[in-house]
Amino acid sequence: MTTEAATIGLTHGGSEDTGLGHRGPESKSIVVPYGFWLFVLSDMVLFSALFATYATLAHATDGGPASNQLFDRNLVAIETMALLVSSFVCGLAIITAKRANMLWTQVWLLVTGLLGAVFLFIELYEFGKMIGEGAGPQRSAFLSSFFTLVGCHGAHVTAGLLWLGTMMAQIWAKGFQQHILRRLLCFSIFWHALDIIWVAIFTIVYLIGTLPA
Amino acid sequence: MFGKLTWDAIPFHEPIALITSLVVLLAIGGIVAWVTVKRWWPYLWNEYITSTDHKRIGVMYIVLALVMLVRGFADAIMMRAHQALAVGASQGYLPPEHYNQIFTAHGTIMIFFVAMPFVIGFMNFVVPLQLGVRDVAFPTMNNVSFWLNASGALLVNLSLFLGEFARTGWLAFPPLSEKAFSPGVGVDYYLVALQVSGVGTTLTAVNFVTTILKTRAPGMSYLRMPVFCWTSLASNLIMLAAFPVLTATLAMLMLDRYLGFHFFTNDGGGNSMLYMNLIWVWGHPEVYILVLPAFGIYSEVAATFSGKPLFGYRSMVFATLAICIISYCVWLHHFFTMGAGADVNAIFGIASMVIGIPTGVKIYNWLFTMYGGRVRFNVPIYYLIGFMLTFVIGGLTGVLLAIPPVDFVVHNSLFLVAHFHQVIIGGVVFALMAGYTYWFPKAFGFTLDERLGKAVFWCWFIGFHLAFMPLYVLGFWGATRRLQHISDPSWAPWLHVAFVGAAIIGLGIVLTVVQLLYSIKTRDQRRDVTGDPWDGRTLEWLTLSPPPHYNFAVLPDVHGEEAYWTRKQTAIKQDQLIKEPDYQPIEMPVNTPTGVIVAFFASVCGFAVIWYIWWLAILGLIGAFAIFVWYAWRDEHEHIIPVEEVRKNARERRRIRMEHLHKLSQST
Repeated sequence: MTTEAATIGLTHGGSEDTGLGHRGPESKSIVVPYGFWLFVLSDMVLFSALFATYATLAHATDGGPASNQLFDRNLVAIETMALLVSSFVCGLAIITAKRANMLWTQVWLLVTGLLGAVFLFIELYEFGKMIGEGAGPQRSAFLSSFFTLVGCHGAHVTAGLLWLGTMMAQIWAKGFQQHILRRLLCFSIFWHALDIIWVAIFTIVYLIGTLPA
Repeated sequence: MFGKLTWDAIPFHEPIALITSLVVLLAIGGIVAWVTVKRWWPYLWNEYITSTDHKRIGVMYIVLALVMLVRGFADAIMMRAHQALAVGASQGYLPPEHYNQIFTAHGTIMIFFVAMPFVIGFMNFVVPLQLGVRDVAFPTMNNVSFWLNASGALLVNLSLFLGEFARTGWLAFPPLSEKAFSPGVGVDYYLVALQVSGVGTTLTAVNFVTTILKTRAPGMSYLRMPVFCWTSLASNLIMLAAFPVLTATLAMLMLDRYLGFHFFTNDGGGNSMLYMNLIWVWGHPEVYILVLPAFGIYSEVAATFSGKPLFGYRSMVFATLAICIISYCVWLHHFFTMGAGADVNAIFGIASMVIGIPTGVKIYNWLFTMYGGRVRFNVPIYYLIGFMLTFVIGGLTGVLLAIPPVDFVVHNSLFLVAHFHQVIIGGVVFALMAGYTYWFPKAFGFTLDERLGKAVFWCWFIGFHLAFMPLYVLGFWGATRRLQHISDPSWAPWLHVAFVGAAIIGLGIVLTVVQLLYSIKTRDQRRDVTGDPWDGRTLEWLTLSPPPHYNFAVLPDVHGEEAYWTRKQTAIKQDQLIKEPDYQPIEMPVNTPTGVIVAFFASVCGFAVIWYIWWLAILGLIGAFAIFVWYAWRDEHEHIIPVEEVRKNARERRRIRMEHLHKLSQST
């Protein structure tokens, strides 16, 4: 291409460069995670709508239970630790995958998934307990928005676990091919993003929600 | 077993719906039979349905949009005919529950299944070509996006045969759209169809933002991108940030309806104004999602047919990005009457007027592009001029509506209906028709008939003004929108004029079909052999018409703002092409049936959710997951186009260009 440019008397001198993009299309290892980041951003926007809804309806209890009567900080603390540690372990899995270490990659991915499952189990336990006490999502607008916001995060974790299981099988069957590593990287982006959202839920829903009235 | 689905779902007692259903079914059956008899299935399957080629997907989007345009227009002419008849003693021919479905379907279809696929179709077809690359960033996902969109369209149309559509207006405001007031399946059809197509649109946004920011030809820096690419980027950024809000909002309404939640209900502490806010946080940016690419098309048309570079390229880019951002700061002007108070209303009113400034910049840029140019009066330039005349008036009525006290008077009136049709028809539809004429030869290798094209333009232009100017008058007189019966007989003449206008637009749509058929019939006389029928300035005109699957034998090296124009002028001056480059084999993504299968399962699942057939919904989800895993397991990702084939095509292309060049350099 440089010869082509030279023939018509134009080459890329420093002065002609007007910004990014003079190198042509980026490689797949840039494009794929970049696109996935955009998807994660769009997911964050989705959560932002749910957060805004929760903020609007947090006090619309319709005479039913309010947040500080329902949430248990200790339980949520365990839940949070499980999810955050799971993210850390996911990072370990990425390191071992880059070194093409099958055994440890599988082990760390399994631990990631188990911690995710612990998180999900505690969440479902909390949901079940609340519904049993008559504080289900149909009770009030506040509870509708609580169950939807936290439940949407839980649904993402569930989808993540499904993805994780598929990834483990795929790595096992096909080994550390380029496109599979890219996919694993996308999974870890997804898993970390769920952490970020959870930190916001932890703060806005549980910490603020358990302040004495 | 079949949830709410019974024989009563088929509209045996409604002759209009029943006959329409039968006609549509016959037409579909006829087309299927025709394709089967002609043995076109393998071709359609390989070249279109499973294609990952952005150009083919773009064509499919536009075909979908044109088909749905006919459906949406049928709704429109029925409404206009009904309103023209149902004055005074007469009750018209549509009962209220049917009339309400029609105006809901009209709005939903025109925005989600005509304007959106049309715009996305152009982005698909044009953006990779203008960027000088071979495809979008994620070709398979592109195919999936299209089919999800088509699946949504299918569900909306299914409501015609089975059950009913929503009677709530195109944004399904609660509490009317809640279970208590809309117990039927209509709102569920609406919600599910939009959720399915909305996922497709979000994926499209991911795809195009990545494509534009990360895959451009060497030398194609940001400030060298054609304006259509800039406006597409802005549009997709808005989509990326707006469509998830729509998904969340509709999901909440679904939870209210299906599981008895209390987001927007009257009881349980629900807040229906929350829905208004959320839906318009998506809905207002949506307007700009549509109109920004339209502005891009006008920019391409203005420069090409004036034979001049676009006036104020950089100001155009900044205006585009300004609109992209401000479009998020104005949503409340859709409900000034909510009672948020004077301060809040004033801020949103001012923001709404501010957005007129970058838009005004653009209008002046197009005017100055034409000024001093040697303007060729082909069909697209007609649309450009028609657009400027129409859109400026629409913009001015918009500024009127942005003044809260005025809005209190004309809120929810026909004045508003006239305003947004003026900006959407005058702004978006005119651009789509211009783009259709402009890029048709690139897609199919021959131009459309000019005379019929001009006739179509006049039908749209005259028809639009006859159909909507009376509505401004009626709106000022206090006519609210969506009236099923008009009690004041003095409004009748205006409604009759509006009906005539709609009929003239209808003639324009018929002539569009005639133009297409006639142009196909006489295609040998209108072949575009050079690949550059309009003396274009951007890279899509560098390659053949229609372009090969891989677009460019070698990715073009870009110099200056008008990549192809620069190259063409250099070649004309030197009377020779650039030295033959070193051709390489090209890797292209393989076809995949993933998209169509995913859409099949999405349709099944959506249908099951609408009718409460839960086992089928679960089956649909499992099917969709299975196809994703199957796709992820594939080993063949790309196929190689051998270097001999690339070289052969490229040499043929060079020969044609050389001849063309000779002619040009002799004439200058």
